[in-house]
Amino acid sequence: MIKVKLFATLREGRANEIDFEFFPGINGRFILEKLGIPEKQVSIFLVNGRDYSLDEPISDGDVIAIFPPVGGG
Amino acid sequence: MIEKKYLRNFKMLSLEEQERLKKTKVLVAGCGGLGGYVVEMLARLGIGWITVVDDEAFEETNLNRQLFSTVNTLGKKKALVAKERILEVNPDVVVNPILTRIEEKNAKEVVAGHEVVVDALDSIPHRILLEKVCEELKIPLIHGAIAGWYGQVTTVLPGDRTLSIVYKHHKEGIEKELGTPSFSPAVVAGIQVCEVLKIILNKGELLSKKLLYIDLLNQEYQKIELHF
Repeated sequence: MIKVKLFATLREGRANEIDFEFFPGINGRFILEKLGIPEKQVSIFLVNGRDYSLDEPISDGDVIAIFPPVGGG
Repeated sequence: MIEKKYLRNFKMLSLEEQERLKKTKVLVAGCGGLGGYVVEMLARLGIGWITVVDDEAFEETNLNRQLFSTVNTLGKKKALVAKERILEVNPDVVVNPILTRIEEKNAKEVVAGHEVVVDALDSIPHRILLEKVCEELKIPLIHGAIAGWYGQVTTVLPGDRTLSIVYKHHKEGIEKELGTPSFSPAVVAGIQVCEVLKIILNKGELLSKKLLYIDLLNQEYQKIELHF
């Protein structure tokens, strides 16, 4: 199982936390597509607190956190 | 003897620490929503020298959140208004207004000589430039950003390069859709000033390689440990 935590505006119309069944080769790009989140809405994609490329494979049991960009002053 | 105006800083600050603040130069980049609150709080703490960098003048759309914007300051340069305001609050503080935008060509010259820099800008490319220059000059950078109900703070020590990672795909954030209300800049600015103080006094735990992501809609505060 992979736990995906969404933050801020990414929660709109979605749950705060979503579980994904693990399969070999599952990656960030697949998860974003399943959640209907365009890549350009993602600022930080963390796997167990580490910055990951969307193409890197994710392991069973990993916890993912996805944040949109905040840039105002 | 502690000066009477700083009596309520005592004993959170010792007499020596209060004296230390007087000898400190802090640069605040941007004097809008975040920057106004940051400058005000630094001055009331007793920071001796505050350089305020901003080339804009106040306009009506600033009134919902920018502390130094009033009907009387509309049309006036933000950095000059900051100086006038701080003269009324704490005339012992030197406010050095610089009416420019930090760009590649002037950044090093503007930033050099300060002990801490505060990122209160509203443009992601300029924030990344500031991070680069602070790293070159080995100056800690306290970053804050807001969008609607949300905000974030991180302390970038030279070499951390946190902003280059956090903003690697983006030139603008969700604030373009969500706007910027009165309360989120105040919250984020308060946390930024607290980080400035801890750096100067070398105490407490900093948000270095950690991003504090603030969700005021749900009152959730995530301190994300970043391992880049």
